[in-house]
Amino acid sequence: MEDISLHILDIVENSICADAKRIEIILSLDAEHDLFRVEINDDGRGMDPETLAKVRDPFFTTKGKKTGLGIPLLAQAAEQTGGELILDSAPGKGTQMSVAFRWSHVDRPAIGSMTDTLMTLIAGHPDRDFVYEERAGDRVFRFDTREIKSDLDGVPIAAPAALGAIRDLLKENIQQFE
Amino acid sequence: MAKLTIADLKKIKEEYHQGLREGGFRARITVHMGTCGIAAGARGIMNTVMEELAKSNLKDVAITTSGCAGLCSQEPMATIELSGEPPVKYISLTEDKMRKIFTEHVVGGKPVKEYALVVGHETTY
Repeated sequence: MEDISLHILDIVENSICADAKRIEIILSLDAEHDLFRVEINDDGRGMDPETLAKVRDPFFTTKGKKTGLGIPLLAQAAEQTGGELILDSAPGKGTQMSVAFRWSHVDRPAIGSMTDTLMTLIAGHPDRDFVYEERAGDRVFRFDTREIKSDLDGVPIAAPAALGAIRDLLKENIQQFE
Repeated sequence: MAKLTIADLKKIKEEYHQGLREGGFRARITVHMGTCGIAAGARGIMNTVMEELAKSNLKDVAITTSGCAGLCSQEPMATIELSGEPPVKYISLTEDKMRKIFTEHVVGGKPVKEYALVVGHETTY
């Protein structure tokens, strides 16, 4: 994966496979502690302890194929900066992931385009809801597709005109970190 | 909280209602968005689909994503399904190839054979 936004897209696709209806993505920079954190929380079906214990194994998957690289690749990207990936999950309680990167580390991947990641998720899964939040210092940017859908008043969120307006909105507000 | 402006909303509603077509979707574009697809550039393919869709002003095309189809070395991949016709799976896509597929297959109804792997249904994960 070239950047963190692609990892996030990959992990959120897992949430969608787990039937999550609402997925929250939070990016936060704590410059004082040189810490960049990505949190992904979903309300999907969750994992039992046996599954949870195996998800870091690149040869474990629940999808009927031979490899499951999404989580191991993200864990490796975090660990090579001195960070870590923490997962918490239980059946019926969804999954909570927290990934920490040392911000100034030379091996920290670029963040990449969160606009492209969010647009892919919104266009590809208009029936799900996504919350995106960025925090750095005093500035907070928060975006919630439930509010957008309510404002759209019956027009589908995946209608091309709606997608265009959402892309403009995200482009204006995202990318505060770099 | 980020919000769309009133002007945005008015424009979106006008455009949506002008182009509304009865009878659901005529075409479905599925971009394969497994780990392998994402690493190979599937998100760029999805961006291209969204751009082309906006340019074409078509209102009867659905876009979605799917997981790994088990052909990781052939990613990025997309499947195009026109109503009443078997799906066509395209492999080793680039943004230029996707544009051609959109114009010729999605808009024109004629599959781009040189980029296609297979026609017909198969199991995807």
